[in-house]
Amino acid sequence: MSALKSREAILFGAIFALVALIATRFPGFVAPGNLVAVFTDTTPLMILAMGQMVVILTRCIDLSVAANLALTGMVCAMINVAAPDLPVAVILVIALVMGSALGAINGILVWKLNIPPIVVTLGTMTIFRGVIFLLTEGKWINAHEMSPTFTGFPRAEFLGMPVLGWIGVVIAIVMMVVMARTTLGRAVYAVGGNPHAAVYTGIDVGKTQFKAFVISGMLAGLTGYLWVARYSVAYVDIAGGFELDVVAACVIGGVSIAGGAGTVVGTLLGALFLGVVKNALPVVDVSPFWQLAISGAAIIIAVAFNAKSGRSKGRVILKSAEHAQ
Amino acid sequence: MSLAENTPRHIPDRLRSPLQAKLVSWESLLLAVGIGIFIFNSLASPYFLNAWNLSDATFNFTEKAMIAFAMALLIISGEIDLSVAAIIALASTAMGVAMEMGAGTPVLVLVGLGTGLLCGAFNGALVTKLGLPSIVVTIGTMSLFRGISYIILGDGAFRGYPESFSWFGQGYVFWVITVEFVIFAILAVIFGVVLHKTNFGRMVYAIGNNPTGALFSGIRVDRVKMILFLLTGLMSGLAAVCLTSRLGSTRPSIASGMELEIVTMVVLGGVNILGGSGSIPGVVIAAFVMGLVTFGLGLLNVPGIVMSIFIGLLLIGVIALPRLWAMRRKS
Repeated sequence: MSALKSREAILFGAIFALVALIATRFPGFVAPGNLVAVFTDTTPLMILAMGQMVVILTRCIDLSVAANLALTGMVCAMINVAAPDLPVAVILVIALVMGSALGAINGILVWKLNIPPIVVTLGTMTIFRGVIFLLTEGKWINAHEMSPTFTGFPRAEFLGMPVLGWIGVVIAIVMMVVMARTTLGRAVYAVGGNPHAAVYTGIDVGKTQFKAFVISGMLAGLTGYLWVARYSVAYVDIAGGFELDVVAACVIGGVSIAGGAGTVVGTLLGALFLGVVKNALPVVDVSPFWQLAISGAAIIIAVAFNAKSGRSKGRVILKSAEHAQ
Repeated sequence: MSLAENTPRHIPDRLRSPLQAKLVSWESLLLAVGIGIFIFNSLASPYFLNAWNLSDATFNFTEKAMIAFAMALLIISGEIDLSVAAIIALASTAMGVAMEMGAGTPVLVLVGLGTGLLCGAFNGALVTKLGLPSIVVTIGTMSLFRGISYIILGDGAFRGYPESFSWFGQGYVFWVITVEFVIFAILAVIFGVVLHKTNFGRMVYAIGNNPTGALFSGIRVDRVKMILFLLTGLMSGLAAVCLTSRLGSTRPSIASGMELEIVTMVVLGGVNILGGSGSIPGVVIAAFVMGLVTFGLGLLNVPGIVMSIFIGLLLIGVIALPRLWAMRRKS
């Protein structure tokens, strides 16, 4: 546990040092308003990363989150165009339900048919994107077609921060409680830590993985509406490739890809790290084209770091055999 | 990743005869599907049965299949490389830089292959020397390699490759047989022999089935895996040479998303994504099937993104159907 704590401390320190370094030359970056903007800008990544964390904890992976986001977002936008007077609360419910349903498709295939999650979500990722095209024939839905209440909701300010940011805060608190204080949360860790032991303690491994996919899908669906409303545009390729950022945030945040280890706080810090880097690059006048390479390098460093901190645990009988696993 | 690898294997009382086993094998099923698609395509479009069109259609899969052969070996050994498309981008960019510096065709090819080999070595070192899971490592290097391309190129592009360089992607060996197709065919034979007829091939299967067991049988697991990553890198470099030569230009977004199609091709070919089983003939047939599907749908004016739905359904369907079938037979 102390190792996990120190990981979060290190990450927090790294983010703090990064922000401080930028502040020495560009004090405007640490103005409260700008920090809130950076946080809000990173919120979609944080929400998705929390869902992805639950999935990775159960030894699965969900590569379809960005496609789920795009599909649900597009459906929300189309509903808004068809029925502009529908209250935002209804849209939110639709986004949550639809996201969960798409997540459940992944979950069922993994649970009932025992298909490797990476194959399932690679497949559904392309299928979801394709379905958006079938629905829209490639057309965009632009700002002027959406109603002001639809696009205004995530941007509305409340106590100095847009609603989008507050939604991130609320979900983070809920997820912390769920992961630490509920049977579902503990089951997720048990399944990832040791599936066989989990079975003997009476946990249904497949069902827990199914629930993890539903959670991931639900959060992706919610983010879909928020994303489309915030940027006021919906098209086939929104959030293209975002699933890799989401996995990167988890890995940087100390979530072990082998399952069973990782925390909500770590994941949030991992997402925040990527968010700060993304927002800082234009400030320090580095071409945004550097972002991809930086996040790639961050993933590799983080995963090497994860392996180091995980290795001391457990008794290594034959070191090279461990490598071969 | 799943529990399936730990469940006991079902051993039948009597083995099926070799002929019967061949007839109900994955490869023959796939072949039947491929022939079905071929017949459907030739009935659906009058332009399908044309030597030149079919020759053009091979471009749909030759470059991907080159990588898929190496990827098949890698997946059989229990690892995966998601960075292959990014390696193409980086190798293509490196060739562009070399071209700007005035390199001729032989040097360009060497630069492309060399970059691929270096990228493969980087992946392999991270996986074997540091013991990291290949899926995360290659998701990381996927961003890193393509990121370097973006740093070098930004939103620009390299153009103006030498005339002789276009031979790889646009040349014909004789009549309608393209250079790429010949490379594809030669590689299919080489990889087939290596996997199915050599010690090295047996080692790959052994590692995929039980890495610890393989180690105790005296197989140098890390070295074999390193070689497989190098091979995958080299094949990506070769695909980069062909693709760059065919397109005649390099952008940092070149071949994006191709890694998914390559993994789909390998899995469609009957390679177990969890490692331990699969064959090169299966991958060859899968390459043809995917090429025929995309070409046929293209002739029917189906947009590319809708084709991706078919590819996605194909990927899930080919794995789900046998499992559904097995479940029905059990109950």
